[in-house]
Amino acid sequence: MDLSSIYSEIVLEHNRNLDNKRSMEAPDVLEKGHNPSCGDNITLQLKFIGNIIEDAAYVGEGCALSQASTSLMIDLIKGKTIKEAFESISLFMGMIKSEIQSEEELEPLGDAMYLQSISKMPARVKCAVLAWHTLKEALLRNK
Amino acid sequence: MEILDVNQIRKDFPALENQIYLDNAATTQKPLSVMEGVLDYNKTIHSNPHRGAYKSSVLATESYEKVRGLVQSFIGADEVEEIIFTRGTTEGINLVARSFGETFIHPGDEIVITIAEHHSNLLPWQWVAKTRGAQLKYLYVDQNGRLDLENVKETITNKTKLVCVTHISNVLGNIYPVKEIGNLAHQKGALLLVDGAQSIAHLPVDVKSLGVDFFLFSGHKIYGPTGIGVLYAKREILEKMPAFLFGGSMIEYVTQEEASFAPIPNKFEAGTQNIEGVIGLGQALSYVQNIGIEKISQYEQELTTYALKLLKDIEEVKVIGSLEGKDRSSVISFMVEGVHPHDVATIMDSEGICIRSGHHCAQPLMSYLGVHSTGRVSFAFYNTMREVEFFVEKLKTVRKWLGYGS
Repeated sequence: MDLSSIYSEIVLEHNRNLDNKRSMEAPDVLEKGHNPSCGDNITLQLKFIGNIIEDAAYVGEGCALSQASTSLMIDLIKGKTIKEAFESISLFMGMIKSEIQSEEELEPLGDAMYLQSISKMPARVKCAVLAWHTLKEALLRNK
Repeated sequence: MEILDVNQIRKDFPALENQIYLDNAATTQKPLSVMEGVLDYNKTIHSNPHRGAYKSSVLATESYEKVRGLVQSFIGADEVEEIIFTRGTTEGINLVARSFGETFIHPGDEIVITIAEHHSNLLPWQWVAKTRGAQLKYLYVDQNGRLDLENVKETITNKTKLVCVTHISNVLGNIYPVKEIGNLAHQKGALLLVDGAQSIAHLPVDVKSLGVDFFLFSGHKIYGPTGIGVLYAKREILEKMPAFLFGGSMIEYVTQEEASFAPIPNKFEAGTQNIEGVIGLGQALSYVQNIGIEKISQYEQELTTYALKLLKDIEEVKVIGSLEGKDRSSVISFMVEGVHPHDVATIMDSEGICIRSGHHCAQPLMSYLGVHSTGRVSFAFYNTMREVEFFVEKLKTVRKWLGYGS
């Protein structure tokens, strides 16, 4: 196992990034995500202007991978349309399931691409996908 | 001279060859004799006990019942019929909850449990309390994980029907004074149920001298197979309890309208049982008996004391619970400052060290302690001082992986 590809600079940076970890005033959607097997939990907050995600933030508790993944996701989806956010979710899930592997295809994920090595760690996949599942639920609820 | 010849013992456990296994509170590894015993049984005498009129069925019945006798002597029960085979501790507690709880717990009664219970000794009682209109009361532990007997005395009242306590906390490692708690329960006319999942492999257990009314454990936590466990209860209690599962093997006479049931233990063993599990459990108990549970307990205490001493010296590591070896088993929960327990476990895994992280199926205890998750090591008699040192050595590197200076 190559720990340095898992705990990369990007992951460490986002694990400690507090810009995205905050409580938002009057969010349009507040969605809770939870991994019952490990106790990790996040509350995702979203604000929309029309069909554009104007702002996103989270609060919660979890490991470096779940926290970094959430923060990376927030950076990616802010300013995107809901349709684009759904596309990002599919792409990210495809990457984690090892269904999509080419760098070119994963390009639209931006820095979230650096979580690709988790696809080879079955024990930690649930940490990486928690935020993305939660986002999907939030967007479906808001439809 | 070591108490145990651990190097020799390790040769009996093939699973220890390629990993440093420190998750024995979750499940234990099996000695070859357990695997071979199960294989031999399947090769030679596998058939349905208590049924066929042929040689292998008779032999299967004998082997199965022999293990019941072994369990009886292992935990010091008065009678062999007081030993009921189950799928494990969880099923055993559910059996008591559904059978005893739904019959003998009435509106207004109290069930007392500790905050340190595993979900398996909590959720069945939550259910019984809710459905029977009873009250679930908690005994709280101090910051060292200890129970205050004065508080226990005050909490158990004349309304208390049942006190359910874990023998050893699977998070904090504390050994609870079940004998004293039992005395207090009995003074008020309540019964004592002890979850022995964490104690059976690590402490000498004598149900008579402990004065327990119900005692439960799982085979896989004492070097045996998964899917097999034991419920011990006193004869007079078992005889009053209605059957839990209905079906084959547990009857006397059956007509179109009604049935009468077999005496204990068969009344509680409906359907074809996990025979090979029982055989494996028997092998495991014999293995432990040959080494001696007192020696095992003493050696594990040394491992634990050594680990606590080393952990105490690391500034960024905080042990959750007592730092003393006293009244403590080989379970140690800890936190590393700035590093989530799951990341600690992943980093340990990269070094071939198996540790547990998470809430350990004890969420109310975690909330009470103010933590979401902890790392946990738990030793068995096949672990070595060198393994403890290696674990601590590697634990010192985890902060570096997460970008901290040291």
